[in-house]
Parts: sequence; structure tokens; C-alpha cells
Amino acid sequence: MSELYTLVEGGQYLIENFDEFLTLLREHIILVLVSELAAITVAVPLGVIAVRYNRLKSSILSVGNVAQTIPTLAVIALAFPIFGLGFNSAVIALFVYALLPILTNTIAGLEQVDENTIEAAEGMGMTKWEVLRKIQLPMALPVIFAGIRTSVVITVGTAYLAFFIGGGGLGVWVISGINLFNTPQILAGAIPGALLAITLDSVFAFIEHQIGGEGHHDQSIATG
Amino acid sequence: MIKFDNVTKIYADSTVAIRDISFEVAEGTTTVLVGPSGCGKTTTMKLVNRLEDPTEGAVYYDGTNTQEIGVTELRRDIGYVIQEIGLFNHMTVGENVATVPKLKGWDDGQIDDRVDKLLELMALSPEEYRDQYPRELSGGQRQRVGVARALAADPDVLLMDEPFGALDPITRADLQDEFLEIQAEINTTILFVTHSIDEALKMGDKIVIFDVGELVQYDTPRNILENPNSEFVRDFVGEDITLKKLSLINVDEIMRPTNVIEDTTDQDSKTAVTNGGEVMHHLAPGDSLKSALSTFVESDIQSLPVVEDEETIGVIDRDEIYEIYNGG
Ligand SMILES: Nc1ncnc2c1ncn2[C@@H]1O[C@H](COP(=O)(O)OP(=O)(O)O)[C@@H](O)[C@H]1O
Ligand SMILES: [Mg+2]
Repeated sequence: MSELYTLVEGGQYLIENFDEFLTLLREHIILVLVSELAAITVAVPLGVIAVRYNRLKSSILSVGNVAQTIPTLAVIALAFPIFGLGFNSAVIALFVYALLPILTNTIAGLEQVDENTIEAAEGMGMTKWEVLRKIQLPMALPVIFAGIRTSVVITVGTAYLAFFIGGGGLGVWVISGINLFNTPQILAGAIPGALLAITLDSVFAFIEHQIGGEGHHDQSIATG
Repeated sequence: MIKFDNVTKIYADSTVAIRDISFEVAEGTTTVLVGPSGCGKTTTMKLVNRLEDPTEGAVYYDGTNTQEIGVTELRRDIGYVIQEIGLFNHMTVGENVATVPKLKGWDDGQIDDRVDKLLELMALSPEEYRDQYPRELSGGQRQRVGVARALAADPDVLLMDEPFGALDPITRADLQDEFLEIQAEINTTILFVTHSIDEALKMGDKIVIFDVGELVQYDTPRNILENPNSEFVRDFVGEDITLKKLSLINVDEIMRPTNVIEDTTDQDSKTAVTNGGEVMHHLAPGDSLKSALSTFVESDIQSLPVVEDEETIGVIDRDEIYEIYNGG
């Protein structure tokens, strides 16, 4: 019963501080959005380069892997002497974390495209660039998108740590709540974040289905 | 149209795929490359559209060394049906067929018309199939789309790498027959690859027989059957040489034409086909002598009428076929 009571208290805390909540939620979403956009902009072309120039692949992948193994707090600690306290450092740290899932999926997605399909395209007189743009990327899109989805869900969680360098977001409530033993405040910050992650995941799953399975999709309808 | 001049291809791992190959594909004819798996057929094909370049010798396209033609330009002028079909699964059938016309910058209306025309040519109703995805099609239908796609921009040359290889025998025979009709209509220069000697004999004006990396015999189907130049070719052609030869000759090549009067009320020609409502044995001008022979055996009649559009246009005697059969 006391857990339920705490939950109700959390709800009360949220309602009483609703304006602050909206500000924190907005900061949280913007952190995720900006760092994801940056990660997509960097990881997709990097994946393309890795597949195109096979010699670079292992170096690119190992940079991505190393980035992933550095503890988030360490990245934050590294980022803030360079970029200062605040939003920028937080975005940089989140960006580093968001990269790997997109990068690995871009590479996997491009590599899984059937070699014969590529050969047919080349044989029909497509240039390397046309093959990439018209055949490889569209065919890899569902896999790349799945990587973005994973990355977004991870980033929603990681963004709580932005608090440590003054990046704002829902982490403000959760981490100061931990320091103050204020459980309702912790819940009021944590549960919306979890809901945000679940919502984004479902939205992305829906889009992924739309772009991924046209062929499969029609067929499943056709065959009942 | 295509000429191989002492061409050798050695891959980077020093595999010798073909050695010192020379042959020609004359304009408007079909030349079939046939040989066991791994003998260099696909490599030969890829040397034409420069997916591979020769190590030694030269390949000529319409009199020009392919090395002097831009790769992209060359490939867009040559239709290519690859062994594994390689349809673009993320595109509809219509978009697949439209690929090369789009690359060549045709306008949309022209492309749409062309796509419909080709789907019709390949016996796929445009209304039904244009907007389907390749996954929804059967193997035979996919192969038809592959051929339609290769023919889309009206290529001067068509390369077909074991196009019917993965199909069941009945679908394969149907597609072969249809394709022969289409070829008679479009008159493209074709280089066709197969590992089946029967398919080679059926489809080719000329046949190139490969042993591993080497050209063994380059000849007409009939000469290959009548004068195999080596043990390898004899083995490759296999049993039933005479029957195979009969399958190369059509009924209309040896029938005695009857003087048909242009008169639709001519009762004689009708009675040749039906007798008291029952269809009597008869032949069609496009039947091979092999199938004619089987009709003779079934019917046990000395001579049979050749019927086209319910009119008797000729007569053929069983003995004439026997003569060819025994004549070697
Ligand atoms: N890209 C390649 N690199 C090295 N060897 C190859 C390559 N492509 C084909 N080969 C080899 O060349 C030979 C001929 O192959 P191929 O032309 O595909 O034969 P076919 O089409 O008659 O089966 C085979 O031994 C094959 O393993
Ligand atoms: Mg092959």
C-alpha cells in the first residue's frame, strides 16, 4: 500500500509543479532530439563510407565501439572542460552514445543487400552513387531505422545524466530527488521518462513497419 | 554485333576463367553459350557489358573495342538478365521494369507506356501486376519481370544468364517457347547462357560449347548434332541424337503444301480437323518433327494433315520423317 501511496504522492508533486515539469520535459526532449539528429547525420554517412571503403570499416567500427564502452559520466566529465557546463556538453555526450547503434545498423543494413541485386543494378548501367542511392540505402532503410529506434530509446535514458553538467531535463528532478531522499520527486521525473521512451519506441516501430514491410505487408493481406 | 577476339580472363586470385576465346554473335541472332557449371559462361557474359574486363584479347561491340566505350553508356544499351534474376524487392514490378528508361531520362508518359507494353509482351497483365512487389510473384513471373526489365529500353543486345535455370521443367518450356516468339518479333541480338544442351539446341542460331575455360565447338545446332568435333561434345550432347535433331526441324520445313483456295466455305479442310465432332490427328506447322513422330506413332496413320487456323495447309508422310531419322 505504501508504494501506491508514494505513487500518488509522485502524481501530486507533478501536478503541483506542472510548469516546471513541462520545462524539464521540453529540455529532455530537445536534448534527445538534437543529439539524435546529430548522431544520424554523422553515423549514416560514416556507415556508408565504412561499407564503401572496406579498409576503413574496422577502424570506424572500433571507434564506435570504444565510444560506447566509455562510461557516460566519463564522457560528460571529458566534455565539460572543453564545451563548458550546460546544454552543449550534454548534447555532445549524448551524441557519442547515440552513434553506435545507428552506425552498426547502417553497416549491417547496407551489407545485407543481396550482392546479385547490386550486380543487376550495376549491369543495368547505374553508377556506384546511383546504386547506393536507389538500391542499397532504400533496401537498408528498415534496418537503419531500427538502429535509430534503439538509439533514441537509449538516449531518453542517458539524457537523465545531463543534469550533472547543467544540461537540464528530467534528470533535474530524479537526481536532486535522490540527493534529498524525495521519492515523489524521483517518481515524478522517472515515470514520464519511461513513458516517453515507450511512446517513442511504439511510434518508431509503427514507422518501421510502414517503410520496412511493403512487400511482406501486401503479401500477408493477399494471402489472408 | 559482339565479337570475342582471343579473349583470356584471369581473376585477381589467378583463377583462369576463360582462355583464348574467339566467337561472334551476328546481329539479330541468338548465340547460346553452353557448358558445365564453372566453365566460364558467366564470366564471358560479364566481359560484354564490362562487369569484368579482359586480361588479354579484346571484346568488340558493334565494331568498337568495349574498352573504348564508357561503361555506363555501354551497360544502358545492353539488356542484362542475371542468373539470380536480381529484382529490386523494394520497388514494384512497374518500377523495376522502368529502371533503365528512367536512367536514360525518358519522360514519364513514355515510360508508363513502355512498361505496360513490356508486361503485356511477357504475358503479365499490367493492371494486375504493375503495382505488385516482386515477393508476391511466383518464380516464373519473377523471371518474366526480369526479362521485361532487361528489354525495357529497347536494347541492341540482350545478355541472358541461365534465365530459365531455376524454373520447373514445364514453366521453363513455356517460357522458352514464348521467348522464341518474342525474339522473332523484336529481333534483338542475344547472347544466351545455359548449362542445358537441350535448351541450347532449342534457343540458339549458333552454339558455343565450353569445356572448363576453353571453347570446344562453335557451330550451328544441326552441325553440333551431326558433326561433334570431339569426345567432349559427343558426351555433352548425350543420347538420342537423332531425336534431338528431329526436334530442331519444324513440320512446315518438310511438308508438302496443299493448294489451299481462299474460300472459307471449303468443307474439305474442316473435315480434316473434325470428324463427327471428334478431333482427328493433325499437326501444326510450328510442331517439331519430334512431336510429329510421336503423333504418327500414336495415330498409326501413314500421312497427316498440317493444319493452321482450322485450314489444312499441307501434308506430311511418316516415311519422310523416317528418312531423316535414318539418314543420320
Ligand atoms: N570474381 C571472381 N574471382 C575469382 N574467381 C572467379 C570469380 N568469378 C568467377 N570465378 C571463377 O571463374 C570460373 C568461371 O566462373 P563462371 O564464369 O561463373 O562460370 P559459369 O558461369 O560457367 O558457372 C570458376 O572457377 C569460378 O570459381
Ligand atoms: Mg554462371
